[in-house]
Amino acid sequence: MARIDVNNVRHSYLPNPRTDADFALREVHHVFEDGGAYALLGPSGCGKTTLLNIISGLLHPSHGRLLFDGKDVTNLSTQERNIAQVFQFPVIYDTMTVYDNLAFPLRNRGVPEADVDRKVRETLEMIDLASWAKKKARGLTADQKQKISLGRGLVRSDVNAILFDEPLTVIDPHMKWVLRSQLKQLHRRFAYTMVYVTHDQTEALTFADQVVVMYDGGIVQIGTPAELFARPRHTFVGYFIGSPGMNVMPVAIEGKTATLGSQRIELPGAPKAGSAALELGIRPEYVRLGREGMAVSISKVEDVGRHKVVRAKLEGREIAAIIGEDDTVPAEPKVRFDPTGINIYADSWRVEMGA
Amino acid sequence: MDKTWNNKAWFLVLPVLVLVAFTAVIPLMTVVNYSVQDTFGNNVFTWAGTEWFEELLSSSRFWEAMVRNLVFSFIILAIEVPLGIFIALNMPKKGWGVPVCLVLMSLPLLIPWNVVGTIWQVFGRNDIGLLGYYLNAIGIDYNYVQDPFDAWVTIIIMDVWHWTSLVVLLCYAGLVSIPDAFYQAAKIDGASRWAVFRYIQLPKMQRVLLIAVLLRFMDSFMIYTEPFVVTGGGPGNSTTFLSIDLVKTALGQFDLGPAAAMSLVYFLIILLLSWVFYTVMTNYDAER
Repeated sequence: MARIDVNNVRHSYLPNPRTDADFALREVHHVFEDGGAYALLGPSGCGKTTLLNIISGLLHPSHGRLLFDGKDVTNLSTQERNIAQVFQFPVIYDTMTVYDNLAFPLRNRGVPEADVDRKVRETLEMIDLASWAKKKARGLTADQKQKISLGRGLVRSDVNAILFDEPLTVIDPHMKWVLRSQLKQLHRRFAYTMVYVTHDQTEALTFADQVVVMYDGGIVQIGTPAELFARPRHTFVGYFIGSPGMNVMPVAIEGKTATLGSQRIELPGAPKAGSAALELGIRPEYVRLGREGMAVSISKVEDVGRHKVVRAKLEGREIAAIIGEDDTVPAEPKVRFDPTGINIYADSWRVEMGA
Repeated sequence: MDKTWNNKAWFLVLPVLVLVAFTAVIPLMTVVNYSVQDTFGNNVFTWAGTEWFEELLSSSRFWEAMVRNLVFSFIILAIEVPLGIFIALNMPKKGWGVPVCLVLMSLPLLIPWNVVGTIWQVFGRNDIGLLGYYLNAIGIDYNYVQDPFDAWVTIIIMDVWHWTSLVVLLCYAGLVSIPDAFYQAAKIDGASRWAVFRYIQLPKMQRVLLIAVLLRFMDSFMIYTEPFVVTGGGPGNSTTFLSIDLVKTALGQFDLGPAAAMSLVYFLIILLLSWVFYTVMTNYDAER
């Protein structure tokens, strides 16, 4: 296992990148600590897979350096980096048996056959394919094939890191939970450095200790799931994480008061912001629906089981609020913003509020 | 549930049935007809029964041509398949090189067979041929008109030149259908170049290779035009393959009966081998 330093890495798929827009990865500077479980979260095309492939050496970055435990590996091949990676779609060696598929990465590295056998059997147990060991891999279902891919990633115990590129996309929802918790257990047991790419926030939040949110070729925020929820550094993180996403509305601010249309909202402190475009962000969980506050008109109420999502219009802007499963919507609905849930954004980036 | 039987649908199939009847069934039956009769011209036919078949199967001329043909097919397969795979593996997968290579590869396939024969017939000549003249000039005694070995070498090189492209194109089609993730996974797994070929590329090419082998076998088993143009079956009978023998019998000697019997025997051989290939291929599918 290793600590991975990504130093000012930029990458472009074009031969002569000029502007920032030419870069798939604008600038990433980050340390993946030894033994950490990280999730790279972001929408399609934000550069997550590019970053992952740069770490594994499948891609060579246009700029920047990569260190494993302080050793420069930027120019080393994938093999020399000793990394395991699991891809989005199952990659199996058709003509081999399930057993041989798992043994393949070990045999390629000249591991003695006795160790190969022990490791492969262990891994087969883990992915629950022990009874399939002697079967040809090509006859399996997509689920099972992807489990083999996962198994090939986990079979080597001496790897520097295990990288997952949306590995559970093709797996059944039920199986997803099982496999994810197995990965989590593995992480606890062996303290692998794991990096897990996904665009599914639930997956990211349940898997990782640290979630790295990426947007448009850069990292916008790194934090624990709780931090990402309570203090999104960028409005994108607010939108992207949470269901429904954060309510963001343009406001004017004077001292500790924000003005939204004809409404005045008291802030917990005075934001240190200049003349930038200011926005107020509040998660639906902190919007209180009741008989006092700002008048809204309800557009619809969605019952999602554990709670209800109320869609309403405040000063002509769509906002969402979450109310309890048994709560009812009052006749003349009004909303209040819970001050602890208020974040202020200047040019989309969060600003601190003073006393 | 009651099905509505609508026999009008047969009218849709009819044109194809008529076409097949005229292009395949009727000619084939004509050949069957000839094969059991004898004629001395003037459209007078007499019943001959299985005489021609017995004569054919006991003639050493037929078996020699058969052995020659099998050896020829085996040699060109043994050269064209590995060579085709090798070229396909080394062709560029993207960029401007792809269309260039594809066009270059297709060129030999676009040349009519008799022209291919003529090209090599002239190319190999000792007096005016580029190849023949210079081989002799540097001291190699090369003369495909007199030396059976030289004739074989010429015909084999010609066939390889003409048809390897087909194997290349089929293999290339198989190769480009392999997703990048397979190569990436192989890198992660630390696979050697050979292991990538053995466990990723070859399995993906397996099916197109079967088709390539089938096509090349059938074509080479029926080869006629090119060796006929280059050597005319000589020197002696050294390059007289089955089809050349057949044409000599049918048109050269106008022995319609024996020629028809020969055609039927070839037809059955091809049918049998195609069936074998088909079975192998479908079994392979069932195994998946």
